[in-house]
Amino acid sequence: MNTAIHAEGLGKLYTLGHQQGYGALRDSLTAALRSSRSWLGGRNGANGRTRSAPTIWALKDVSFDIEHGEIVGIIGRNGSGKSTLLKILARITEPTTGRALVAGQVGSLLEVGTGFHPELTGRENIYINGAILGMRRREIAAKFDEIVAFAEVSRFIDTPVKHYSSGMQMRLAFAVAAHLDPAILLVDEVLAVGDQAFQQKCISKMSDVAREGRTVLFVSHDLTSIQVLCSRAIRLAHGQVRGNGPVAEQVNAYLAESRMIAPTDLDHPVELTDDLRLVRFGVTPNPVPSGSAATLFLELEATRRMRFDEMAPFIHDSLGRRVGVIDLRQPSGLHEAAPGRNLKLEAHFASVPLVEGEYRIGASIRSGASHQILWELITLDVTAKPDSELVPYRAEIRGLVAFDYAIRSLNGEAR
Amino acid sequence: MKSNLDELESALPIQATRSAPEPVRTAASLPIAVIAPSRGWSPAHVAEVWVYRELLYFFVWRELKVRYKQTALGVAWALIQPILTMIVFSVIFGRLAQLPSNGLPYPIFAYCALLPWQLFAFALNESSNSVVVHQRLLTKVYFPRLLLPIAGVCVGLADFAISFVVLIGLMWFYGISPTMGIWTIPLWTALAVMTALSIGLWLSALNVRYRDVRYAVPFLAQLWLYATPVAYAASLVPERWRPLYALNPMVGVVEGFRWALLGGAAAPGLTTLVSAGAVCVLLIGGLVYFRRTERTFADVI
Repeated sequence: MNTAIHAEGLGKLYTLGHQQGYGALRDSLTAALRSSRSWLGGRNGANGRTRSAPTIWALKDVSFDIEHGEIVGIIGRNGSGKSTLLKILARITEPTTGRALVAGQVGSLLEVGTGFHPELTGRENIYINGAILGMRRREIAAKFDEIVAFAEVSRFIDTPVKHYSSGMQMRLAFAVAAHLDPAILLVDEVLAVGDQAFQQKCISKMSDVAREGRTVLFVSHDLTSIQVLCSRAIRLAHGQVRGNGPVAEQVNAYLAESRMIAPTDLDHPVELTDDLRLVRFGVTPNPVPSGSAATLFLELEATRRMRFDEMAPFIHDSLGRRVGVIDLRQPSGLHEAAPGRNLKLEAHFASVPLVEGEYRIGASIRSGASHQILWELITLDVTAKPDSELVPYRAEIRGLVAFDYAIRSLNGEAR
Repeated sequence: MKSNLDELESALPIQATRSAPEPVRTAASLPIAVIAPSRGWSPAHVAEVWVYRELLYFFVWRELKVRYKQTALGVAWALIQPILTMIVFSVIFGRLAQLPSNGLPYPIFAYCALLPWQLFAFALNESSNSVVVHQRLLTKVYFPRLLLPIAGVCVGLADFAISFVVLIGLMWFYGISPTMGIWTIPLWTALAVMTALSIGLWLSALNVRYRDVRYAVPFLAQLWLYATPVAYAASLVPERWRPLYALNPMVGVVEGFRWALLGGAAAPGLTTLVSAGAVCVLLIGGLVYFRRTERTFADVI
């Protein structure tokens, strides 16, 4: 047998009440009191836990096999169960049903930089982070120079990490993780960090990892890197396996599927944190003709006063390539939201400089330490420029940007 | 107008060349782990803690490093607390209340008990909050969750070692020479640590679901102090209540410390046995309860 991961009938049931947060002892006590004093009749269990809480299958009946040395991509929309699957395989949470057999040590990169402490130096954090990811001290010491060189932080290695830029922190964190040596590597969305050059470096590092015969399970919204890295993809939707096969085939199926269901506006508010909701988010008009004006709007509702250090919607093409970021910060100060005073913002575009096609808009919102990245909030449909006299090149070969330019011929009138 | 640039398309596919994997490991040699829902009351994975001992070391090391980096007085904090408490106790209980101290100078009588007590109180607090404090880590990486309360307890040992030096100074000052009993100190220390860990296991797991625990722990420690012969001598407790009294494991610990350092009639045999028994029961219960709840930590926290 040469199977690295064998999953059969994996399922995970979440009780929604628990996911919302922890209870206070008081609630449990009053619930217990209520049920014991049933003579109070009608008042029983208005919001008590005696009533069966709503549940959701984040993952249901998921089965697959992965061979040693394979790089397998996992694709699916937000909430399709990708992260839950990785969490189960990483043993962070237990499945409710089914089982998985995993051959060899599993290393997970579910979020880079966990366990970094701002007060400690880069050197100290490398050791701690390495240990947390399951490396031996001797192993870390042996790879130390390599890690520092990969992260390009050698000059600051004895400086507390709190003085690092966020890019440097990310690079350092990824560098540690990339030098992990497990038989099976689980990767979730780490390539979202860093600049283009660094991402390139990460991708080639991951190909190396696979060439060494290790198995990689890779979750990303970036379909391009999935296609570059993976030979096979597992497609999830609503917690179930919808497809499992060659990567090109699965990516195409995913694109076809998301074209059918992608909303052009938020159909319901999105809970960002316990105290923050995105109530409205969209572009008007949508679909928008290439080169014409449009407005992006958003509205945030907060249950306490919040200031936003970062407020940046971003656009991806349908393959997950970053097209641009719409930075909504203003020099005059931070945007604020407060109870009863929603933050409403609009960004006006004189023209949308995009080649026709489907784009996804997400947003990165940060308030203090709480940072939310929402990958695919809505779909922006850009249609062809209406007034073109010429038959344009096909959209697929025209890249992403529709430049706005004037043509001037220096040798007289065209005939 | 028809474009002849269509051939550009051939350059477009992003598929990179992939060389076939050359497996360097033989699959057969790899250990196979089974991931499945666990059922019933199984004991915690104690053996796994040993496998992850380096991570335990790093948790403790990080905690100590961070604590002393951020405080102005640094290591001095480990000394200030027991010394000031000793002075306060000496004035209030020794001078004003005139509590008997088995014929010993009251300050050293109190300090001997404060030493293990503060180890216990600190370790209890650290371990009770350990799981909740590391919630980010808990939801991102796997490691035996048991490491967290254990690391919390270990951090307390560093302070203990430092304040122990003061005790040696005090004993020299009062001209008390240690008896052979001093060699049993590790035993009593272990008992104190085990007591803190056993309660810490229960409370850290409860803390995940009920954040009330964080507020209850300091209060619990305060009440517990009065149920332990720190400020007074255990001999104040009527003889027939002693076995019951010893169910509080810290009674055994404090009695043991006083006997080991300051001498006395006889080793506190029965008290120690009762206390050790109580710790065993609490510890096993704690391990089982912790194991029972840890599987949902990442979902609930």
